[in-house]
Amino acid sequence: MGRKITIEPVTRVEGHGKVTIQLDSQGQVTDTRLHIVEFRGFERFVQGRPYWEAPVLVQRLCGICPVSHHLAAAKAMDVIVGAGTGDGLTPTAEKMRRLMHYGQIFQSHALHFFHLVSPDLLFGIDADPAIRNIIGVAIHHKDLAVQGVMMRKFGQEIIRATAGKKIHGTGAIPGGINKCLSTEERDEFLKGSDPLNTKKMIEWAQGALDFFKGYHKKNAAFIDNFAVFPSSHLSLVGKDGALDLYHGVLRAVDSEGKKILNDVDYQDYLKYIGEEVRSWSYMKFPYLKSVGKSDGWYTVGPLGRLNTCDFIPSPLAQKEFEEYKAYTKGKPNNMSMHMHWARLIELLHSAEAMQKLLNDKDLLKNDLVVKGKRQSEGVGLLEAPRGTLFHHYRVNEQDQIVMANLIVSTTNNNEPMNRAVNYVAKEKLNGQKQISEGMLNAVEVAIRCYDPCLSCATHALGRMPLEVKLIDAEGGTVDVGSK
Amino acid sequence: MSEIKITIDGKECTAKAGQTIVEAARANGIFIPTLCHFDGLKPAGACRICTVRVGGRNMAACTTPVAGGMIVENDTPEINDMRKSIIEMLFVEGNHMCPVCEKSGNCELQALAYRYLMLAPRFPYLWPRRGVDASIPKLYKDGNRCIQCLRCVRGITIDGKKVFGLINRGGKVRISHDPKLSASLDDEQAQRAMDLCPVGALIRKEVGYAVPIGKRKYDDRPIGSEVEGA
Repeated sequence: MGRKITIEPVTRVEGHGKVTIQLDSQGQVTDTRLHIVEFRGFERFVQGRPYWEAPVLVQRLCGICPVSHHLAAAKAMDVIVGAGTGDGLTPTAEKMRRLMHYGQIFQSHALHFFHLVSPDLLFGIDADPAIRNIIGVAIHHKDLAVQGVMMRKFGQEIIRATAGKKIHGTGAIPGGINKCLSTEERDEFLKGSDPLNTKKMIEWAQGALDFFKGYHKKNAAFIDNFAVFPSSHLSLVGKDGALDLYHGVLRAVDSEGKKILNDVDYQDYLKYIGEEVRSWSYMKFPYLKSVGKSDGWYTVGPLGRLNTCDFIPSPLAQKEFEEYKAYTKGKPNNMSMHMHWARLIELLHSAEAMQKLLNDKDLLKNDLVVKGKRQSEGVGLLEAPRGTLFHHYRVNEQDQIVMANLIVSTTNNNEPMNRAVNYVAKEKLNGQKQISEGMLNAVEVAIRCYDPCLSCATHALGRMPLEVKLIDAEGGTVDVGSK
Repeated sequence: MSEIKITIDGKECTAKAGQTIVEAARANGIFIPTLCHFDGLKPAGACRICTVRVGGRNMAACTTPVAGGMIVENDTPEINDMRKSIIEMLFVEGNHMCPVCEKSGNCELQALAYRYLMLAPRFPYLWPRRGVDASIPKLYKDGNRCIQCLRCVRGITIDGKKVFGLINRGGKVRISHDPKLSASLDDEQAQRAMDLCPVGALIRKEVGYAVPIGKRKYDDRPIGSEVEGA
C-alpha cells in the first residue's frame, strides 16, 4: 500500500506551505511537492493606490527584508517620475539607498546564519531539537550568539538611520530619498564603541566565514553532497560584472557556466522571464523563456549571485570569493549547502560596503530628489537577501497604480527548493517505515539553504510547526506526528 | 472685549466674551480635543470629540460660547471614555490603514487615538466600501479615511464658491467635489486642503512621504502638548 507524507505547515515568505511526499508500497519516494498554500494579494490591492504609496505599502509583504520591497518599488517609481532607471538619482539619494540596502543584507544574512543555520551546524541536523536552536547556541556558544544579535542590531540601526524606522520605514521616495545622514549618525557607525562599529562588524563577519570554512573542512562529505543538483543561476550584476546587490543588469548562466542571459536591461524582463502556474501551488514557477518551461528554471540568492558575478568590489570579500570559486575550479557551484558559504561572503562584503559608503561625504549632502518626464510604466529590480526581486508597475494618468507584478526571491527559487526537497526525501526517506524528527529536519535543512522568510521566526525557537501525516493510498490517516 | 470668569476642571480661567469654550480653554493652557475644529473656520460641531459637560449637560465645546460663571467639566474619566469611544467609532466606520498612510505621524485622528490610549476598538469594524477618487489634478481623495469633519467643505473656496460639499445623508454621507472648481486648484490651495484635512483623506499628489520619520508633527510629542506646554 502506498502512502503520502504531508508536512504542514512548512513556512516560507510570511506564509504557510506544506510538503507532500508520496511513497509507493515499497516505501520508495515517487513524488515530492513543496506547496505554497497561502494567497497574499498585494498585486491586486495595490491597484487604485497612488504610485508614491507603493514603496511604503508593498514592503508590508515582509517583516524580515521589507527594505528590499521598499527599494525595489522605489526604483520602479523612479522610472515613473522620470528619474531614470537606477543611475539618474542624486549621489546622496543613491548612496543612502545603497547603505539602507547593505544594512538590511547584513542583518538578514546574520539572522539566517547565526539564528537559523548555526544550530544545525553546531549540534548536528539530527540532534535533540531541545538543544538544536538559538537558545542552545546561547547556552553552549555564547560568543557566537552575542555576535549574531549584535550584528543584526548594527544592520537594523543602519536601516533606522536611512529609512526612519528599523522595520517598514519611509526613506526611499520616488526619485530619491527623504533624508540624508547627519555627521553624528555617521560617526556613531564608524567610530562607535565596540561592538557597534563597522570595524568590529567586518571582523565578526570574517570570523563567521572562518567558522563555516572550518566546519566545511571537517564535514566536507555532508556539505558537498547534500542536495546537489545541476541548476542555472540568475542575478543582477554590475555593468562591469561586479557583485552589485542594488543595481545592474540581468545575467544568467547554466550549470556549466555558459551565459544564457547576457547582461540585459531589466526593464525588458518580460522578454526573458515567464511565470508558469501549477495547480497545486499559489507560488508561480518563473523560467527563462529562451530555455523553456521545463528546463528554464534557475536558482537565485547568494549561490546564484556568486555564480554569475565576475568579482566582488571589496578587498576581503574578493579574497574569499577567489577561494570559493577555486573550490569548484571556476565552474558554477551547485551544492545547496554552499549557499551558506556564499551568504557569509556576502555578509563580509556588506560590512565592507557599509564602511566604504559611510566614509563617503555624499551621504551628508542635502540634494535628495530628482524628477523628469513622467512615465506610465516602470520596473524595479534588486538583489534581496534571498535573491532577485522584481517589481513592475503601470500607472494611469491620474497617478493610480493599475497593474503590479511582483516576482519575489522565494518565487524564483520555487523549482530549486522543490528539487532540494525531492533530493533529500529520496536520500533520507526511501524505504523507511518510521519517520524520525531528524529526517524531517533534513527536509527543513534543504529548504533552509534557500532562506525562505518565515521559517526563521519559528525555527529560531526550535519549533518549526511541522505536522506530519501518514496517509495511505486511499487517503486514510495512518499516523500523525508533530514536532 | 469684556473679560469673564469661567471654571474648567476646577481651575478658574479668564475668558473673553464671544469665545467658544475650546478657545477659552486653549488660551488658559487647557487642552480640549478637537477634530472638526480648525482655527479660522466657522465651527461646525460635527465630530463631538470636544464634548464637555456644563451644568450636567453635554455640549460641543467648539460651538458653545462661554458665559460668566460657567462651570465646565472636561478632563474626567467618563468624558474621556466617551471621547475615546468616538475615536473608536471613527476608526471602525472607515478603513484606516495607519501603517501605510502617508498622513501617519501628522494625523490628528491617529494622534488622538494615541493620546486616549486606544488599543482595539470596542465596536466591530464595518469595513465599508468607500471609493478613492484621483480625478482632481492636484489631490488624491481617499474616502476610506474621511471622517466627514467638513473642514475641506468650509475651508476651500475659489471666488467664494465651495470646492467640496456633502452628498447623501446619514451614514452614507460623503464628501464630493465640484469637478470644474477642483480642477483649478493650484499647488498652494492643494497644500491647504491637505493641511486642513485632519486625516489622510485629501493628500497632495506626487509629494508623498517627503517628511522623514522623526520629523513629523506628532513623532516626538503627543497632540495637545502644544496647548498644555508639556
